[in-house]
Amino acid sequence: MSDILHVSTRKGLFTLARKRAGWEIDRADFLGDNVTLTLADPRDGQRYAALDHGHFGVKVHRSTAKGWEEIAVPVYPPKPEGLEENDMWGRPLNWSTARIWALAAGGRDEPGVIWCGTLPGGLFRSTDHGVSWQMVRSLWDHPKRKQWMGGGADLPGIHSICVDPRNSHHVSIAVSTGGIWFTEDAGETWSQRGEGMRAEHVPPELTHDPIAQDVHCLAQCPAAPERMWVQHHNGIFVSSDEGRNFTEITEVKPSVFGFAVVVHPRDPDTAWFVPEIKDEKRIPCEGKLVVTRTRDGGKSFEVLSKGLPQTHAYDVVYRHALAIDMTGDRLAFGSTTGGLWVSEDQGDSWACIIHTLPPVYAVRFA
Amino acid sequence: MAKVFFTPSIQRHVACPEAEAPGRTVREVLEGVFAGNPQARAYVLDDQAALRRHMTIFVDGHTIRDRATLSDAVSEASRIYVFQALSGG
Repeated sequence: MSDILHVSTRKGLFTLARKRAGWEIDRADFLGDNVTLTLADPRDGQRYAALDHGHFGVKVHRSTAKGWEEIAVPVYPPKPEGLEENDMWGRPLNWSTARIWALAAGGRDEPGVIWCGTLPGGLFRSTDHGVSWQMVRSLWDHPKRKQWMGGGADLPGIHSICVDPRNSHHVSIAVSTGGIWFTEDAGETWSQRGEGMRAEHVPPELTHDPIAQDVHCLAQCPAAPERMWVQHHNGIFVSSDEGRNFTEITEVKPSVFGFAVVVHPRDPDTAWFVPEIKDEKRIPCEGKLVVTRTRDGGKSFEVLSKGLPQTHAYDVVYRHALAIDMTGDRLAFGSTTGGLWVSEDQGDSWACIIHTLPPVYAVRFA
Repeated sequence: MAKVFFTPSIQRHVACPEAEAPGRTVREVLEGVFAGNPQARAYVLDDQAALRRHMTIFVDGHTIRDRATLSDAVSEASRIYVFQALSGG
């Protein structure tokens, strides 16, 4: 089991450790700074932290024996002179990293490879532990990329990156909004996936267009990578063929809306979600913070509430703020109102570790 | 040579001491300064080398006009202040 949790917040990175008396904050880094995401590389233990300094831009730091060091940040190539490309608001699209929204380790057979998804839609790959980054031009230059739109943010962004454990060249990414994209050659070529998903927020002729889908989070089962789960703007979808086709799951109480999903590392039929009122309100239903869990591939769901606040809870759990460890027994999530809960029994019960953190953006087990 | 001063708030992230560099435009002077302090460049300029959205630059008391290419003229005696814009909150 993992005894370390990295919690990225609006005002710093908090590392929690499970000690004899339970989970406690072991250290705080970057206090006062906006830490949007971390990656603890399971291959070598190295940690990466994405920071957004606002005025001063997005930065990446990497852990060393002596502490954190600032390393290279993904940089967009020069925008060709005369190229007119506007965002969905009609404003010129700035080719510049506006946010790091996904960090993923490459496969076991490619040490040092890190994938990075950004706003406004650029995917980057490093082969040297983040010392340098190369934009994946095949995706950025794909003509359909310009159909991506803002969803969770003003600009389109890549928030999920799933590297197939069977083949490191097989990578699936998800875009808000732009659906799911797949490469079978480590990023040389890309194809759209995600048939079967449904978007309510677009005209009828686009409802089932895979590129119109606002995927909030994409999760791939490590032991059975053909199984993928999607928390979508419209609800929950499941695929049994590596994301080619999805089936919508509608009967989920109290809501099918949410941002996050995790799947059990060995059991593809078991997945967890954090539901909210869809979608103009985005708060827990009836002020009750709950987690939903399926153990049968989506045929049925349990509502898990033991240890979670059941009155006047207005916690929102963002797409990167729900985590599962490698055993599948421990889960953790953090909320926009600074709560952090951990379960050691697959979600049957939860313990509030702290409820006074800054707004939580991401939770990851080391 | 024009003198360049950086906002105190940037110093927490990257040391940006007062500096000077030759040049006839803001671009030329700043690139001269960043040549000796490359880490600072990305704190002030974005990926397209334009001034970051919530940064501002004053030359002799006036905010620059050209935030994209930094073509505003400077003189040998100019004082250039690289500051945060309050728009960033």
